[in-house]
Amino acid sequence: MPAVSKGDGMRGLAVFISDIRNCKSKEAEIKRINKELANIRSKFKGDKALDGYSKKKYVCKLLFIFLLGHDIDFGHMEAVNLLSSNRYTEKQIGYLFISVLVNSNSELIRLINNAIKNDLASRNPTFMGLALHCIANVGSREMAEAFAGEIPKILVAGDTMDSVKQSAALCLLRLYRTSPDLVPMGDWTSRVVHLLNDQHLGVVTAATSLITTLAQKNPEEFKTSVSLAVSRLSRIVTSASTDLQDYTYYFVPAPWLSVKLLRLLQCYPPPEDPAVRGRLTECLETILNKAQEPPKSKKVQHSNAKNAVLFEAISLIIHHDSEPNLLVRACNQLGQFLQHRETNLRYLALESMCTLASSEFSHEAVKTHIETVINALKTERDVSVRQRAVDLLYAMCDRSNAQQIVAEMLNYLETADYSIREEIVLKVAILAEKYAVDYTWYVDTILNLIRIAGDYVSEEVWYRVIQIVINRDDVQGYAAKTVFEALQAPACHENLVKVGGYILGEFGNLIAGDPRSSPLIQFNLLHSKFHLCSVPTRALLLSTYIKFVNLFPEIKTTIQDVLRSDSQLKNADVELQQRAVEYLRLSTIASTDILATVLEEMPPFPERESSILAKLKKKKGPGTVTDLEEIKKERSSDMNGSAEPASVNASAVSTPSPSADLLGLGAAPLANSAPPPSSSGSLLVDVFSDSASAVAPLAPGSDDNFARFVCKNNGVLFENQLLQIGLKSEFRQNLGRMFIFYGNKTSTQFLNFTPTVICSDDLQSSLNLQTKPVDPTVDGGAQVQQVVNIECVSDFMEAPILNIQFRYGGTFQNLSVKLPITLNKFFQPTEMSSQDFFQRWKQLSNPKQEVQNIFKAKHPMDAEITKAKIIGFGSALLEEVDPNPANFVGAGIIHTKTTQIGCLLRLEPNLQAQMYRLTLRTSKEAVSQRLCELLSEQF
Amino acid sequence: MWKIHFILLFSRQGKLRLQKWYTTLPDKEKKKIVREIVQIILSRNQKTSSFVDWKDLKLVYKRYASLYFCCAIEDQDNELLTLEIVHRYVELLDRYFGNVCELDIIFNFEKAYFILDEFIIGGEVQETSKRSAVKAIEDSDMLQETVEEYMNKPAF
Repeated sequence: MPAVSKGDGMRGLAVFISDIRNCKSKEAEIKRINKELANIRSKFKGDKALDGYSKKKYVCKLLFIFLLGHDIDFGHMEAVNLLSSNRYTEKQIGYLFISVLVNSNSELIRLINNAIKNDLASRNPTFMGLALHCIANVGSREMAEAFAGEIPKILVAGDTMDSVKQSAALCLLRLYRTSPDLVPMGDWTSRVVHLLNDQHLGVVTAATSLITTLAQKNPEEFKTSVSLAVSRLSRIVTSASTDLQDYTYYFVPAPWLSVKLLRLLQCYPPPEDPAVRGRLTECLETILNKAQEPPKSKKVQHSNAKNAVLFEAISLIIHHDSEPNLLVRACNQLGQFLQHRETNLRYLALESMCTLASSEFSHEAVKTHIETVINALKTERDVSVRQRAVDLLYAMCDRSNAQQIVAEMLNYLETADYSIREEIVLKVAILAEKYAVDYTWYVDTILNLIRIAGDYVSEEVWYRVIQIVINRDDVQGYAAKTVFEALQAPACHENLVKVGGYILGEFGNLIAGDPRSSPLIQFNLLHSKFHLCSVPTRALLLSTYIKFVNLFPEIKTTIQDVLRSDSQLKNADVELQQRAVEYLRLSTIASTDILATVLEEMPPFPERESSILAKLKKKKGPGTVTDLEEIKKERSSDMNGSAEPASVNASAVSTPSPSADLLGLGAAPLANSAPPPSSSGSLLVDVFSDSASAVAPLAPGSDDNFARFVCKNNGVLFENQLLQIGLKSEFRQNLGRMFIFYGNKTSTQFLNFTPTVICSDDLQSSLNLQTKPVDPTVDGGAQVQQVVNIECVSDFMEAPILNIQFRYGGTFQNLSVKLPITLNKFFQPTEMSSQDFFQRWKQLSNPKQEVQNIFKAKHPMDAEITKAKIIGFGSALLEEVDPNPANFVGAGIIHTKTTQIGCLLRLEPNLQAQMYRLTLRTSKEAVSQRLCELLSEQF
Repeated sequence: MWKIHFILLFSRQGKLRLQKWYTTLPDKEKKKIVREIVQIILSRNQKTSSFVDWKDLKLVYKRYASLYFCCAIEDQDNELLTLEIVHRYVELLDRYFGNVCELDIIFNFEKAYFILDEFIIGGEVQETSKRSAVKAIEDSDMLQETVEEYMNKPAF
């Protein structure tokens, strides 16, 4: 007999389950089930009306059979009948069956909806609860159509019981997720926000989930939830563990609600109201402090719940990315977890640090853990953890540690789990390209990749190495030599044959002078691999051979013999045969000149986004990698030349060395006596008077965001409920490139989407901007990208305006934001000794060359963060130059097309007074003025 | 958007004991997912973390005696708290059945579903207070038959 059954146990059901368990074989089980199905069918079809209990029992048996994995094609009607029973247990089983088995196109949906409607109207809280659970479980569009209007009313009605409110909130959430268009926004939304103040913590918990999801789509409408959430959170984190009674979980006060509130706050930027903001910072600090306290219980539930809140708080800190000391504290906390004995905590610390690595404030702090992370890669026994370690190494990689990280990843690749090899290959390929200073290193790395994990090297990876070798003539000879050597191995991967074939076909002549790699040896080496390769590779090799005919006329007849052989000319594969015939003919009839023209070296590939990156993005699904990329700290020095337009490279080569320029400081002002720049106010007026009807006023808050970009190049510039604008930019000398990403956050198309970059007349003469129009249609959920090429002609004060106009669901949208192209972006850092610095400082003592500003600190005065900001601003940070070690000095050169302007800066913090004095000295008053303005806003 | 996508309970032998889906999927797809996940988790050894990347979701799992409890959550969701959701559910089962074991869940599968429904709706936690959740379930049991009534029922 079965284990004891409780409450309304159905004896017949228990016996049946017991029978099934006693079946010795699958066949016996199927037989028993078929017998039962026949029995139930006959009962349902029988003349005698079944009583409620029997109906319930049989429906429940059917459900059991279905859950065993068998198909059920009857009984739905009986289940629907149970819904209208007045007995709770019968109704309950009916609803359970419907939730599990009903499909939305069912004929029965009308009957079911009717029963639900009756239960919702019954005012019996248990019945209402069942009905709401059922709607949430099924969550179909038909349900949304029938009830999306009704449930908000139940949710905010004054007389609704708490438990029903909870169910209603989450039920509505489910409907909103499946059919947002069917959930009408209205008066109820403001009342829902006030549920955050409800007495009953269960109601608050359920409501917070709902509000979070609604706020993601309609941030404006739910903005008031921020201050309510902060005050609720504050009350929880400061409460004693007994205050919240039942909602305290293993001595942690309301962990679920805390996490949900922290989640809700991640839908918004840091609160604008300083009081709210201060209170939130206090909360976050308290949570970080608690992590250092001894545990109140040894149970894992206690530490899990406590750390769950901590990790969520860290997510919020990273999301805000505005409180440097919190970011650094979060990083230290995660650093402790990296060495924790709990595998789960090590895993989560690696994961969380990945996002922290992207913040400019904590990138350096994350980098200090590199050895621990590499160690994790080598010693962790769990592949999940190792994968997080790979992700983190990828995120923390920059120019300073790229060689080490790439080497470690290659090492790991030799033994890595097959499931993550391809991803590691892509990551190594991206890092090697991105941080290659020396392209011989890049070529070696990719060939190593092919050697170690050839099967996982996708087309994108080997296409890319060829693109890069073709575009950079300094590496071509080396590449030819290296592939030639690699091909000597008796067994080499077919991908190596492809790369080798292509590169030798283009650049084999560069190594042909060496008798060990004479033309004939090169050819024989490649041809020795030919018969082992697949058709596409053989086709590629045939092209290499015809290229050899042009490069090395001396082996023309050898190659013609090969092409002429039956195995080529009569090859069963059409492509191979055609190539052989055409190439043979070409080599016979064409003159040397024509051959040379037809078979000329490939022209450089057009600049484009790395195809590997696109592949990794696709592999990871939308979002993940884009984020990693966008947040990656990319100072101008990280730019790699490979994908740059020729002009950037040219200017980089022709620019005199930075130190030479600084010597010429004194002469600069004479050569350049520009008229005083117009004030910022008049510029804006100009913009509007030009086309007052067309251009929208600046979006609220755009100034805040603008200031955030002075010291960084990537991030979100603007966001409202419809549109998100992200930026990614790179600058070098007087040139720059900015990628603007427009994300359509809605599910509806934007039409006539026209972003325009507007410069005032003054600005036009000093800043050259080129943009291409974007596709006028932006699909729902899609992102389009626009590139702005920037040339700084002379120094400038104001920023260009980005105006965006489009149609969204019949309404015309028009908004403008300031585009953060600021003078300091054209900085190149200059290192110099203390003596040099003060000598130049003295040379710039003319009062018009100096601009000084004394101001109150707006952020905590942390030396490390200040340093990071000065470096982010673009100048070099000179250590041990100022006699007072608390002061910061920097130097750099602003590059414009017409001139270069040396700049010196000095920042003196006064901790006691919480003030700073910032002094800028440059050879040009307007430049000193502008840089001082820009930098003063940052501290 | 954050939520639990589905919850699976299965034995060490790979027998599925409970499945709760918070996203709509065809039955065939569900069966495929169950097979795949049971296999992934049973093949992991004891000392590993409780988290596995799976497609674009993350599996969070824990073993209680002979039963594995596994939730699929979104990538950015809170893993530790999901472990505690599982634990709270086990506590609720325990409170209701008294020292819950796999057999209780086999023979009273419908109760296991009801208890889960009181705790989680649409993939979101509804009631985190153990007392409130258990009370709701016990209240509904009050609406039911007595043991005498039970024993008087036909055994087929």
